[in-house]
Amino acid sequence: MTLSRPARIALGVVMALGLAFVYVPLIYVLINSFNTSKTFGWPPTGFTTQWWQAAFTDVGVRDAVRSSVLVGLGATAVALLLGTMAAFAVARYRFFGREVVGFVLVLPIALPGIVTGIALNSAFSVGGVPLGYLTVVIGHATFCVVVVYNNVLARLRRTGTSLEEASMDLGADTFRTFGLVTFPQLRSALLAGALLAFALSFDEIVVTTFTTSAGLKTLPIWVFENLFRPNAAPVVNVVAAVLILLSILPIWAATRLSGDTSGGRL
Amino acid sequence: MTSAARPAGGSLPARRSPVVRLSAFLVARPRLRLAGLLSVPMAWLLVAYLGSLAVMFTAAFWSVDSFTGELVKVFTLDNLRTLATEEVYRTIALRTLLIAISVTLLDVLFAVPMAFFMAKIAPRRARVNLVVAVLTPLWASYLVKGYAWRGLLVPQGLVSDVLRPIGLDTPGYGVPAVIITLAYLWLPYMILPIYAGLDRLPDSLLEASSDLGAGAWRTFRSVVLPLIVPAVVAGSIFTFSLSLGDYIMVKIVGGSTQMAANVIYDNIGVAGNLPFAAAAAFFPVIVIMIYLVVVRRTGALDNL
Repeated sequence: MTLSRPARIALGVVMALGLAFVYVPLIYVLINSFNTSKTFGWPPTGFTTQWWQAAFTDVGVRDAVRSSVLVGLGATAVALLLGTMAAFAVARYRFFGREVVGFVLVLPIALPGIVTGIALNSAFSVGGVPLGYLTVVIGHATFCVVVVYNNVLARLRRTGTSLEEASMDLGADTFRTFGLVTFPQLRSALLAGALLAFALSFDEIVVTTFTTSAGLKTLPIWVFENLFRPNAAPVVNVVAAVLILLSILPIWAATRLSGDTSGGRL
Repeated sequence: MTSAARPAGGSLPARRSPVVRLSAFLVARPRLRLAGLLSVPMAWLLVAYLGSLAVMFTAAFWSVDSFTGELVKVFTLDNLRTLATEEVYRTIALRTLLIAISVTLLDVLFAVPMAFFMAKIAPRRARVNLVVAVLTPLWASYLVKGYAWRGLLVPQGLVSDVLRPIGLDTPGYGVPAVIITLAYLWLPYMILPIYAGLDRLPDSLLEASSDLGAGAWRTFRSVVLPLIVPAVVAGSIFTFSLSLGDYIMVKIVGGSTQMAANVIYDNIGVAGNLPFAAAAAFFPVIVIMIYLVVVRRTGALDNL
């Protein structure tokens, strides 16, 4: 591309500004978690690790993390099962309404979270289902299915069926073929889908708000409740800092898994 | 796939195990396998999800008894009529649309030059790293990002420290803060499709354009822009619809500003008026549906 030098420099400057725009808020939170001042004025008056100690012994935080992990695991398990089944159906069979499956699956994530949340909430109240762990898992799984589905479908389309046919021709039954041929081909796609599903569930607040009971607080719910309390600010800062540091994990895992930097398909 | 598991040669045991028999039974019946695969996910989505949506949108035509607070399941258009005619709801709807459009434009403004730099100017080895750099924040918590901006935008905060030398100050909490924060949240969703589109655009096309005498700007307008429009549209699906349905960021950095989803939230939460909340939910859903249909016409969805 024959761009003039000033034009290239200008684009480089926008890139740098853009990256600064992306990272300054995150770094700001990281630094603030060590700020000695309880009012968190800027610039920090000094640095301390006492808030980190406080956060790690905070019972509310610990309970919230446990709830979030349990909900995430439940939702991911359901999403893995349903997403894989739907992907197999769409990839390997021709049937009436095949094009609609993808659309129906993507709907819960395409519509605003508040719509999904209220819809489930009203259905639970009409059906007399008490809100709690189960309803949160149902809510999260509903919008997590599509990420597993997309990952598995892409993989199934790429791998085709010839290896499976070869396995069956050599005398393996359906289950043996699945265990020895199909599943190993799918493993990394399932992992990417599971990772995405867990991350989506772990970060979800809106659907959780409408499907949880007063006793069950996931981490985002805890953060949101304490966001406006000046007394809770030191602990919230640390939780926020940890959540930012955790965001490096999935990208690291994705690059390790497949050399694919996109971290799976959304 | 169609051939049944058959005894190959004479070395197999005379009696086939139940697993093998079940396998053979399934192999011969593709429709049964299909039904087994589809029934659970579709039952979940159709019954649990579409059923819930149906319950909610039916409730939009009910009302709440103002004395007992109980649902009155009698058809009425009052909720929709109130939403369509009262000034305050029209203002909120308009404000929400303008915020979603501003967020989208701001993201395009940042994303196009950034994606162009990433795909065409940065050294090849740096490209992957830049993609990772842009992508990583997507995994950082949504709430934490709002919280970060709440801290940055306070009076005497970092933003005002940076802006004061050039004669500006923090916008404080309000509509501009909401636009900045939402644009911040969704920026990677705009950069990635544009980057992918530009990455596919061969350099030879740009060279051909300049060989034919076009300047950089002319090349951008006549060659690059038409080719990245679908990517921009694809990115805008995220920036526009995610902004349209948001009520949390408004609470964190919007001061007393209200958006469409706040009307939904406040009616179900504080007022306990499910019918009115459900009626208010029609607005974002219908706007997003119209947007998706329009976008589908442009063919941008094929690029996702």
